[in-house]
Amino acid sequence: MQKRQIYLLPALLFTFLWCLPVLCLAEEEIPESASQNQKCLKCHGQRFYFYHNEFVGKEVKDRMNPYFLIDSAQYYKSNHRSFVCTDCHSSDYRNFPHDGNLRMEPKFNCLDCHGGDETYAHFHFEKIEEEFLASVHSTKHSEDFTCWMCHNPHSYRISARNNENIGEVIVYDNDICLSCHANIEKYQLLTNLTNPNVLVTHEWLPNQALHFSKVRCIECHTEVDRDILVAHKVQEKEKAVRKCVECHSQNSLLMATLYKFESVEKRSSLGFFNATILGEHYIIGANRNYYLNVVSFIVFGLTFIGIIIHAILRFINK
Amino acid sequence: MEEKLYLYPVWLRIWHWINGLFFLILLFTGLSLQYSSVEYPLIRFDIAVSFHNISGIILTIGFIMFLIGNKFTKNGKFYRINWSIILIELIKQFRYYTWGIFKHEKSPFPINTERKFNPLQKISYVGAMYILMPILIISGFGLIFPELLPGRVFQISGIHLTGLIHIIAGFALSVFMLIHIYFCTIGKTPTSNFKSMINGWH
Repeated sequence: MQKRQIYLLPALLFTFLWCLPVLCLAEEEIPESASQNQKCLKCHGQRFYFYHNEFVGKEVKDRMNPYFLIDSAQYYKSNHRSFVCTDCHSSDYRNFPHDGNLRMEPKFNCLDCHGGDETYAHFHFEKIEEEFLASVHSTKHSEDFTCWMCHNPHSYRISARNNENIGEVIVYDNDICLSCHANIEKYQLLTNLTNPNVLVTHEWLPNQALHFSKVRCIECHTEVDRDILVAHKVQEKEKAVRKCVECHSQNSLLMATLYKFESVEKRSSLGFFNATILGEHYIIGANRNYYLNVVSFIVFGLTFIGIIIHAILRFINK
Repeated sequence: MEEKLYLYPVWLRIWHWINGLFFLILLFTGLSLQYSSVEYPLIRFDIAVSFHNISGIILTIGFIMFLIGNKFTKNGKFYRINWSIILIELIKQFRYYTWGIFKHEKSPFPINTERKFNPLQKISYVGAMYILMPILIISGFGLIFPELLPGRVFQISGIHLTGLIHIIAGFALSVFMLIHIYFCTIGKTPTSNFKSMINGWH
């Protein structure tokens, strides 16, 4: 083998190893449904689409309605990525132009597919629906408030269960709330009211920016349920958590909400209470350290005893 | 009759009492925050946070005043340590506090215009004011502005490490304060040193 070829070998090996994870991921991530969905996404996956107008006999370029635009990259990362479009939408959509009446087709709800299925039992969909029906989202609005208002069927993916990065879980979950509460167009689908500015309504919160980036809206606005991972019973604003100590204490509420999926051990090997929080954050009052508590108690006690003994001896020898 | 010495100028006394008062507020609000509880709240959390932050800022202003005062007046010289003899002096002073004082021996380092502090006082005051206090203040401001802190330091969250340092420094200074108050009772009379810090005369 020539010298130059020998030098090429490690480079080729390195390139192969570097590409290997990408190749594996690519193969794993694109589901079989992709080829079938391509026919729909050819138009619905792009801002502009093309069709042949038989009336005028020419190719037309038109803009896609932004509300019917599907981000295929998001879709193939979502929970429902393995679905073919016509699994949920009428097969009549295969024809173009689409029949206008198809828009009236009823949409599936979560329970239509997930209800009573042992495969999904650990998600407790029935309990989630029970909580949702008792929440202000359901009780204060019509039946138009469905699961899809929060969980976009074309992009939703479970976050808290399979993401170890709590920061990303917080951003993802809060974006769901803000998709309505910071977006008047979507908010007014269900009401004629103007959505209150969350920055103003939460002005009372000390270190507001820090709280918004470190906890989810649902931590304070839902009733904690021991059975399900993400509480869905959103409560009236009057019932929201306002007492700082509910989170800033040893029995921090956050351990039953945001950090529920993490280890629930009370003390780590280093002695920190609610140690699971410490990976990313620090919560005053919730992250006290057992050993530091003991050491400080002993030091303070010994100092106090020493002072008392010294004072007594001074008094005796006066 | 012993000669009276004017050792505590007005600026020093004002700083001292401001420092003491706000340190006490910081101590109680800090304890309330660290051991906050739904069942047994000492001070309401948000009130404790506000008082702790405001007191911390006042304490910092006082500390800067103290540094400036020591820099531009002769008070600063009392904090200078002679490292070559300090160990022997400390042993002498320690022996006095643990033995000699009960035998009515004379203080090995009596106060005069050139020596306001005995060696134990000097080393503990330097440790408290020039080491622990800056650590406490810097870490405290880090907790007021957590966005300025590094995300991670040695695999630990920056804010957690800062919180831990702040608590340890605060605890050490609390122990110092307790000992300081007790040792102030070791004067001509148990209250004479307290009076000196009011009228300036020792």
